[in-house]
Amino acid sequence: MDTPQKIANGAKPWIEQAETPFIRISNLTKKFGEFTAVDNITLDIYREELFCLLGGSGCGKSTLLRMLAGFENPTSGRVEIDGQDMANVPAYARPTNMMFQSYALFPHMTVEKNVAYGLMRDGVSKSDAADQVADMLNLVQLSEFAKRKPEQLSGGQRQRVALARSLIKKPKLLLLDEPLGALDKKLREETQFELINIQESLGVTFIVVTHDQEEAMTLSTRIGVMDQGEIVQVGEPHEVYEFPQTRFVADFIGSVNIFEGRVSADATDYVRIHSQEGDCDIHVSHGVSCTENQKLWFAIRPEKLTISREKPRGKFNFVKGVIDEIAYQGNLSVYRIKLASGKIVRVTKSNRARHDGDAFSWDDNVYVSWDEAAGVVLAQ
Amino acid sequence: MKKNSWFVTIATTLGFAFLYIPIISLIIFSFNKSKLVTVWAGFSTKWYAKLLNDPQILGAAWISLKIAFLSASLALILGTLGALVLVRFRRFHGKSLLSGMITAPLVMPDVIIGLSLLLLFVGMEAMFGWPAGRGLTTIVIAHTTFCMAYVAVVVQSRLVDMDESLEEAALDLGAKPTRVFFDITLPVIAPALVSGWLLSFTLSLDDLVIASFVSGPGASTLPMVIFSKVRLGVSPDINALATIIIVVVAIGVVIASTQMKPKKVS
Ligand SMILES: Nc1ncnc2c1ncn2[C@@H]1O[C@H](COP(=O)(O)OP(=O)(O)OP(=O)(O)O)[C@@H](O)[C@H]1O
Ligand SMILES: [Mg+2]
Repeated sequence: MDTPQKIANGAKPWIEQAETPFIRISNLTKKFGEFTAVDNITLDIYREELFCLLGGSGCGKSTLLRMLAGFENPTSGRVEIDGQDMANVPAYARPTNMMFQSYALFPHMTVEKNVAYGLMRDGVSKSDAADQVADMLNLVQLSEFAKRKPEQLSGGQRQRVALARSLIKKPKLLLLDEPLGALDKKLREETQFELINIQESLGVTFIVVTHDQEEAMTLSTRIGVMDQGEIVQVGEPHEVYEFPQTRFVADFIGSVNIFEGRVSADATDYVRIHSQEGDCDIHVSHGVSCTENQKLWFAIRPEKLTISREKPRGKFNFVKGVIDEIAYQGNLSVYRIKLASGKIVRVTKSNRARHDGDAFSWDDNVYVSWDEAAGVVLAQ
Repeated sequence: MKKNSWFVTIATTLGFAFLYIPIISLIIFSFNKSKLVTVWAGFSTKWYAKLLNDPQILGAAWISLKIAFLSASLALILGTLGALVLVRFRRFHGKSLLSGMITAPLVMPDVIIGLSLLLLFVGMEAMFGWPAGRGLTTIVIAHTTFCMAYVAVVVQSRLVDMDESLEEAALDLGAKPTRVFFDITLPVIAPALVSGWLLSFTLSLDDLVIASFVSGPGASTLPMVIFSKVRLGVSPDINALATIIIVVVAIGVVIASTQMKPKKVS
């Protein structure tokens, strides 16, 4: 049997479909009384993936994770890990480890003891465990804190202890619930790369919960976007960013301008949309399955829009407005442009020159235009 | 730091004086040579010597300590189990009624507890011959009953504060539920257990009313002996005894408080 190519080397088993999925979640539902926290989720995750669950607060991410770890019993549906049905496997016997949103470090044990706890429960000998703990603490750069209690560590150090503790048993599946939530921006970015390194060097499969979309983009091989207990889209980071399937996803990941409109012409290789609120005609250079006069939404990212003082050529793909506000953010500037209908369009422009003599300013009349392949058409 | 106002200083001084002057005068007069409790006649330790040669007091002290130790330990186990059920178990029918009822002995007058337990013991003896007569056993049972409520309340509040994900983390790392209890839950709630036990111990040592109801011949506790002696007139050896108790309690409190503080790194 030929070994499947590693994800770290660029393989995409979710496209190739050559491997059997490592984790199969089928029709999983969790109800708390009348309330459905997780709603009929079906999802396959492959070995060595770093899968991010992304969604707003209360959408059921933690609940899904807790069902995988075995802390919560599904109301219906099935979880299979590495070919084994998890229905009757208690939490302590599952091949998973979890890093908790609150870290959950044992307050009465030293860092060393915390990390060694999982090994001791497996009956690993004292000296073996000590070696492994030393290696692991080295990996997360905490060797000098081995004898401290959790209360004597900073937030970032605690987070790394929690990570070390969940990694030491080399679980087949590591579940991380908002692992970087409590860190400041810089430490967060450092730790993100550390996580990716650890993941690639140990070959563990990660499922990471987060509600920070930038973090999800940076970390993951694939992202699952959740909304109200359902998974609304699964895809690679650039897919969910560039080709969102619903307005919710488009709006949740990054910022976006959405124009509501109706189909005015529908051909095999293009579609035209007339938007009342944008007072514009949109030409999209690919076919969309729709019918004449159907209501649609056209979504386009702020960085794909161009501002100009002159009216663009042609009669498609531009709107006219007045600059309402400019926010300077260092590397880029964000322009809020108000259309005649009152709709606000966001445009970002990178600041290439230190000083732009021809810069736009407040109350300028401008045109905002875009390329015919730059946006996506959404049916819902 | 802000300078304390004169009002705070005076209020604190008065408060502490109110609390401690009686105790200090008791300690001082325990070293009084005179037999009259109110007249100072020079320093002496003769009352301590007399105390150590008084078999009645020594016997009662020993009985009291035994009762306090046994009932504090039993109350600790039962109270902790009660608190665990009330906090950790999922909602069950009558849970809120139970958690209200467990605190009832805290507010119930001692006389009522004593009387009802006495009636119970008499009734039980009549029905199936146990407990045969009243004495040490019945006092231990009685004290366990009301101390349990204190332990349950103390442990319950600690359990509520405890992050449940600690237990889940231990489960997740491969510990079975009983193991989780002894490795994680118990150490985390240990301070509450220590204070619950100490509280029960002192409550039991201190109790006069309930013990008087349920004790029998040959089982007089220290408070009962002191009380009966004092009725015949206050004698200085009781002061000496009280001083010893105060010293023991003070040592206990100091040990308990150093135990409960989180350890700092050197
Ligand atoms: N034990 C429970 N009993 C009742 N409802 C619950 C319980 N646990 C979670 N819920 C509800 O289920 C929903 C999903 O909760 P969950 O913790 O999975 O959210 P989340 O996506 O992790 O949110 P966050 O990003 O805020 O952590 C919430 O509305 C929550 O109120
Ligand atoms: Mg959560």
